[in-house]
Amino acid sequence: MYAAIVVLTAMGLSLGFVLGLAARLFRVEADPVAEKIEALMPGSQCGQCGYPGCKPAAEALARGEASVTLCPPGGRALAEELAQLLGVQADLSGVKDAVPMLARVDEDLCIGCLKCLRACPTDAVIGAAKQIHCVLPEACSGCGKCVDVCPTECMQMLPIEPTVRTWRWPKPVLAAA
Amino acid sequence: MILRLFRIRGGVHPPEHKHPTASRPIEACPLPARLYVPLQQHIGAPAEPVVQVGEKVLKGQLIGHAQGPVSAPVHAPTSGTVTTIAPHAAPHPSGLPVVCVTIEPDGEDRWESAPAETDPFLLTPREIGERVAAAGIVGMGGAAFPSAVKLGAATRTPIHTLIINGGECEPYLTCDDRLMRERAVEVIDGVRIMLHGTQATRALIAIEENKPSAIRELKRAARIDERVMVVRIPALYPMGSEKHMIQTLTGRELPPGRLPADLGLIVHNVATAFAVHRAVRFGRPLISRIVTVGGGALREPRNREVLIGTPIEDLVECCGGFAEEPARLLMGGPMMGQVIPWNAPVVKGTSGVIALTREEIHIGETRACIRCGRCVSACPVGLMPLEMASRIRADQFDGAVDHGLNDCISCGSCAFVCPASIPLVQFFNFAKGELVARKTAQDKSQVLKLMAEQRQARLEREAREKAEAAARKKAEREAAKRAEQEAAARETGT
Amino acid sequence: MALKIELKTSPHLKDTDGVAQIMRNVVWALLPVCAFAVWQFGVSALALIVTVTLACVATEHLFNRLSHRHGTLSDWSATITGLLLALTLPPGFPLWMAAVAGFVAIALGKAMFGGLGFNVFNPALVGRAFVQAAFPAAISGYTQPGLPGRFLEFIPTTLTLPFTKPLALDGFSSATPMGEWKFNGMITSAGDLFTGMVAGSAGETSALLILACGLYLALRRFMDWRIPAAVLGGAALTAGLFWFVDPGHYPTPMFVLFSGGLMLGAVFMASDMVASPVTPWGVWIYGLLIGFLTVVIRYFGGLSEGVMYAILLGNACGPLIENLTQPRIYGARKVRQNAGNRT
Repeated sequence: MYAAIVVLTAMGLSLGFVLGLAARLFRVEADPVAEKIEALMPGSQCGQCGYPGCKPAAEALARGEASVTLCPPGGRALAEELAQLLGVQADLSGVKDAVPMLARVDEDLCIGCLKCLRACPTDAVIGAAKQIHCVLPEACSGCGKCVDVCPTECMQMLPIEPTVRTWRWPKPVLAAA
Repeated sequence: MILRLFRIRGGVHPPEHKHPTASRPIEACPLPARLYVPLQQHIGAPAEPVVQVGEKVLKGQLIGHAQGPVSAPVHAPTSGTVTTIAPHAAPHPSGLPVVCVTIEPDGEDRWESAPAETDPFLLTPREIGERVAAAGIVGMGGAAFPSAVKLGAATRTPIHTLIINGGECEPYLTCDDRLMRERAVEVIDGVRIMLHGTQATRALIAIEENKPSAIRELKRAARIDERVMVVRIPALYPMGSEKHMIQTLTGRELPPGRLPADLGLIVHNVATAFAVHRAVRFGRPLISRIVTVGGGALREPRNREVLIGTPIEDLVECCGGFAEEPARLLMGGPMMGQVIPWNAPVVKGTSGVIALTREEIHIGETRACIRCGRCVSACPVGLMPLEMASRIRADQFDGAVDHGLNDCISCGSCAFVCPASIPLVQFFNFAKGELVARKTAQDKSQVLKLMAEQRQARLEREAREKAEAAARKKAEREAAKRAEQEAAARETGT
Repeated sequence: MALKIELKTSPHLKDTDGVAQIMRNVVWALLPVCAFAVWQFGVSALALIVTVTLACVATEHLFNRLSHRHGTLSDWSATITGLLLALTLPPGFPLWMAAVAGFVAIALGKAMFGGLGFNVFNPALVGRAFVQAAFPAAISGYTQPGLPGRFLEFIPTTLTLPFTKPLALDGFSSATPMGEWKFNGMITSAGDLFTGMVAGSAGETSALLILACGLYLALRRFMDWRIPAAVLGGAALTAGLFWFVDPGHYPTPMFVLFSGGLMLGAVFMASDMVASPVTPWGVWIYGLLIGFLTVVIRYFGGLSEGVMYAILLGNACGPLIENLTQPRIYGARKVRQNAGNRT
């Protein structure tokens, strides 16, 4: 019996030593995860996550301080990609794909103050002083920063209406299990 | 000369239901009270309207001109007044509207120009292409791809064989069958014009064996040109799919991402050939087409020659209305057609309007997959529909793509044979749409990222420039001050 | 008039066959085999078939209740499992053990995997493998066919009370043709094998009847004919090879095909849709593998019968076979590899 104990202990110790050695010898340098995350992020610096921009958010994610579901514009697809990249299991059932929104100027109310133009992180608002402004839909990220600064509440966030071209088939709902 | 045919994999034999409409001649449809002509009836960019509300238009007059390289113009189907240019229900399952030019017919049906016959064989291939483009001809088998773009491919790649698709493998549809039987000479003329336009050496008109009269008529009409050959092909769904027609006739498979033109082939529908005949020989634009109005819910199923823009409602009315309320109203055949709103208009790609009763559909309640493998045997592309569907159900889109989702032609053979009534095609449509949506979102996010970076760079540059300008100004000011001081010192010194 | 659009994708037509219809036809095809079993082995066989089938259906019902699912009883799949399982048991098998077998078949063989469509193994064979291991003595006690009093009295072992030792089968017992060959070197006559007037499991004896029922299913397209064909072909090839090498020691391929449970297994169990591959080549490989394994187990294994383990092994290899035999996609030059691995 003692022989068995000795042998097993010795085996355990030596194998543990080998493992420890291997861990030191073959250590992989940590990936620059934050950069990879940032590459996935929308990059419009909208700040809806609560961080000042996409880079700080990516760093927080890499440190494990933020959830993969933090980015509303990225929606479910981004959350899935982040979860895969970081190797975490995240409950994505709660993440609804954010209804994509676009800013629109109510032309009756716009006074041409240029405030939204300066606030827009993607230069999607065009206009000049005392001229009615206009939003380029292709460049609008839907972040809503312009709405916050507009003095006359003429900026509105409206959901993008589906057209025949953008309409998609819904997922089939099956009653049976 | 007998052409050797090649087998395709899979395929199904749905019940044909062609008899009620195949046995009766094509009839005209009376002028409706209003025509809704969509500006986009084709793949590509929508046409730009060139008429104003209130304007009087004549039959065949251009009302929307083509925009961009892949597009097609739209013409007035009859003479009358443009009442609105506004969104109207599209022939699309979503029921969403598209911009339509609404014309109230004046009943005179007056052409813009008198008919003038030209000899198409005196024209150059380029001129034929231009005439086809100007007539607004699109693929009339259902895909509605602008035909002139396909014909134009011949100028870039040499085409040796023109394939004319007279397969009509969809159940219920008989519009091509009737067209070939009644207007064989015109169809052959159109085929010869396309041969001239593509400079191909031969034309193969492929017709399924279940249409013996059409084969006979076309063979008789084709005697005038030895380059045109009528080929009898097996009746098997989806024989009318471009990929499978090419495989049947040539034994070659179209590699992924390649066009038939890359193999020296070009495929057009028989109805397109007829439209080409009218357009090139008589200068008539595409303003009407033959539509099979069928299905068990209809009182008088017929083939009708219908003006583009005729509301489905009026079309059904002129076929005696419904005998019973249809369970589904479809545009196209029942295997690949789509449910459409009741007030949508007939468009250039409408081959049929089918009203099915509940008994005809008999798709039962969805049950669990029992892995019977029938979908695998039925798939003409060699996919494993059950595996793709189970992955899509778990939102594993990458897995579905690995299994060949992008090769799926949505023919519906798998769902047709599925004993568990699993909506396989809807799973695939959903996944394809989701992938497109993700791609679009990704592209947009790339653009936004770039814009944000450029803005950041601009802001920094502006700040820098401002700082530099301030520094420069300061330096200038100081220099000026120094100069002043020096001058003053010099003055005091002297 | 306003029509409501029901948002459905194409196709808008469907082939006539449904799951329930397929399953119902399999049940019909099994009924003649059951009837023959009853005629041959009497009331014991009838009691056995009824007990196992009821046990299976009751278990299915229980698990439906537990998992809040409905409607799987109407698809007849539990009935098929019950009938098949009963047909693979000796006619005098104690009824309480038979009920256990039925419960295990559905509970471990099917419900554990997530119900119909998800089971890796044929449920009936899972049940049989369980009782083979749990009650090795009872499952190898076979009776003679066509005993005179079979419609009036039970075989004594049938009514064994739970957890008691079954009575000895004195005066009833008989060896199966496979057992005769393996342990005594006797070959049963071909005529008896075809008609089924031999000892054996309740439903496995009449090869011709099983073949006829299978033919019905294949002709009506309720069964994939390729699997039975491949299983029988594989078994005949392997047996033929052995026979060719040493005709004195090994039986003829004909004997191998028509004895024991091979026919029942090939026609009704290997062809179980859920547990078999679906790819065109995979089906043949799977069938040939089962045929080959059956003969190898029969000749070299400890038991006289090998079909059950051969099919279970075939089931286990199914996903691998399927993965290696993915069909070529239209237009693609190469066969896709391991597309199924990525999940």
